[in-house]
Amino acid sequence: MNRSLISLLFAAVTMLFSANAFAAAPIKIGALFAITGPAAFLGEPERNSAKMVIDEINRAGGVKGRKLELVAYDTAGDATKAVQLATRLIKDDKVVAIIGPSTTGETMAVIPVAERGQVPLISCSAGSKITDPVKKWVFKTAQNDSLAVGRIFDYLQKHKLHNVSILTVSDGFGASGREQLKAQASKFGIKIVSDDTYGPKDTDMTAQLTKIRGSHAQAVICWGTNPGPAVIAKNVRQLGIKTPVFMSHGVSSKKFIELAGDAAEGIMLPSGKVVVADQLSNSDQQKKSLLSFVKDYQNHYKTEGDHFGGHAWDAVMLIKSAVEKGADSPQAIRDNLEKTKGFAGIGGIFNYSAQDHAGLGKDAFVLVEVKNRDWVIVK
Amino acid sequence: MSLSLLSRGEMQFDQILQYVLSGLSTGAIYALIGIGFSIIYNATGIINFAQGEFVMLGGLLTLTCLEYLKLPIWAAIPCAVAVSTVAGLLFERLAIRPLRRPTPINLVIITIGGSILIRGLAMLFWGKDTHSIPSFSGDDPIAIGGATILPQHLWILGITVIIITANKFYFYHTISGKAMRACAYNRRAASLVGIDVRRMVLFSFMISSAMGAMAGIIVAPLTMTSYDVGVMLGLKGFCAAIIGGMSSGIATVIGGLLLGVLESLGAGLISSGYKDAIAFIMLLLILFIRPQGLFGKADSERV
Repeated sequence: MNRSLISLLFAAVTMLFSANAFAAAPIKIGALFAITGPAAFLGEPERNSAKMVIDEINRAGGVKGRKLELVAYDTAGDATKAVQLATRLIKDDKVVAIIGPSTTGETMAVIPVAERGQVPLISCSAGSKITDPVKKWVFKTAQNDSLAVGRIFDYLQKHKLHNVSILTVSDGFGASGREQLKAQASKFGIKIVSDDTYGPKDTDMTAQLTKIRGSHAQAVICWGTNPGPAVIAKNVRQLGIKTPVFMSHGVSSKKFIELAGDAAEGIMLPSGKVVVADQLSNSDQQKKSLLSFVKDYQNHYKTEGDHFGGHAWDAVMLIKSAVEKGADSPQAIRDNLEKTKGFAGIGGIFNYSAQDHAGLGKDAFVLVEVKNRDWVIVK
Repeated sequence: MSLSLLSRGEMQFDQILQYVLSGLSTGAIYALIGIGFSIIYNATGIINFAQGEFVMLGGLLTLTCLEYLKLPIWAAIPCAVAVSTVAGLLFERLAIRPLRRPTPINLVIITIGGSILIRGLAMLFWGKDTHSIPSFSGDDPIAIGGATILPQHLWILGITVIIITANKFYFYHTISGKAMRACAYNRRAASLVGIDVRRMVLFSFMISSAMGAMAGIIVAPLTMTSYDVGVMLGLKGFCAAIIGGMSSGIATVIGGLLLGVLESLGAGLISSGYKDAIAFIMLLLILFIRPQGLFGKADSERV
């Protein structure tokens, strides 16, 4: 074999490989989740769901022939770390979009980075201020707290329960809920007769609840994430408080029922539809997505998928459909995201527009009640 | 008018009774953990900041015995206490004893390091979720006056009394208990009369880890448990021990109960936001004003 032939062959092989490499160049999607630390109950299912759905998309041949690649980092719930990692995703990993972070505090810190880097950010946290006012590069998939509060107040108004006590956890989630509860009460003709808080690691809330028992409230609303609300449920039962008790969407997973046991019976809360997917009527547009998410999550991780994971699932699917419509640059993905209409995901039916980057309506939440250790939709 | 005032007064009384009862049961837990701190402190001069982790181990090991080994509750508890005691033994052997020149600051840092390690291992083993274990005898509330408690509260108070009595008996009526007291008075003199001080140190770690584990087990049905419950409970137990002047007797018990009741009254009558602050304000006040403890004379017997 002479030399020129070899070099020709070499060139051909190189071209073949580079062509291959070109066809297979994956679309990189960044993710910031609080996989460890105090918000791990959010970050872990989010990371799991994102990984699961991206693997599935890739197994089915990717999007328009291109694979998706997830670059996920753990922020440990720390805003400073989230900012550093966001910079790394944009500068080093050159991702086309970022999913997360898991908490409102981290998201607010990361927003300026995403805006400066001109990369779309799809937050998985609930705080209303993330997309209010609307920011060009920022979207979110978690339902606003205000929608959850509205769901509870709707019910109270319908059942003429006007005096309520609120008991909120003293962290970001509780503070945001407390703000919304107080802000919306008058709109529904509701009076907040007592306003108490508890620490995220508190183990006994009978003191606060004894005070509430003495306050003639017609309903108790508690805003927190596990395990606090389960302790409260047990304390409520111990004190023999008979008024209806409402929790937040922060505990809408089987874990809450498992922790609170019998004390959970009769407690109501606003929840994403994922916990009652099989009870939805067949006409519900979300039902198909919900059932497939629940089934996949169960198969992959041997545990129940919750709506936290759903936020990441929604974010990946939203990016996927933006890419399907022919976008592969951050700018084009952002533009397509904003045009999303009627996407039936886990959190609800998303309709983004230039004025609305939260995209969900009141129907994103259903009111559920614990009956026989399971969730039942309150009609 | 007078009638409504009366009923209001009664309501206040019911509320205060409830605060006190809730406080006493939380306080009993603080007392148990606090005594664990004092026993080790008296035998070794170490503040064992890993004490809270044994509380966590107690609860989580019971969970494992119940759920995975399918043991009944009466077998699961001793099993969990035994494993925690072994953990305490290993901790002393592997982390405390090998130290060539133990200075207080070295030892404190080692116990803090140990607590982080134990917590990390627990997180890997049991995950980050919160777990609950069933109550020992049902969840039906018991009314006392206008207040209510759960059967589990009676268990907590009862077991605390038993442990403290047994503790007292051990220290005053057994050879090894007396030897441990001798170490607390004067280590050097104790070793001169033939007491194996190192063994006493080992014993102190075993006893206090067993007590911590027991505290963690009896409280878990009420408060639930997870890999990180030890931090806050450990600190509260430490406060109780400081209020009691690091005595491993009744003073720390009163310290714990006082702390529990004040926390509960504070949360109910002032504001729930200050609950933890109350504990730490008390801790600081005691350390500033009466470092020998609320009941201690300047140089009192500590055991």
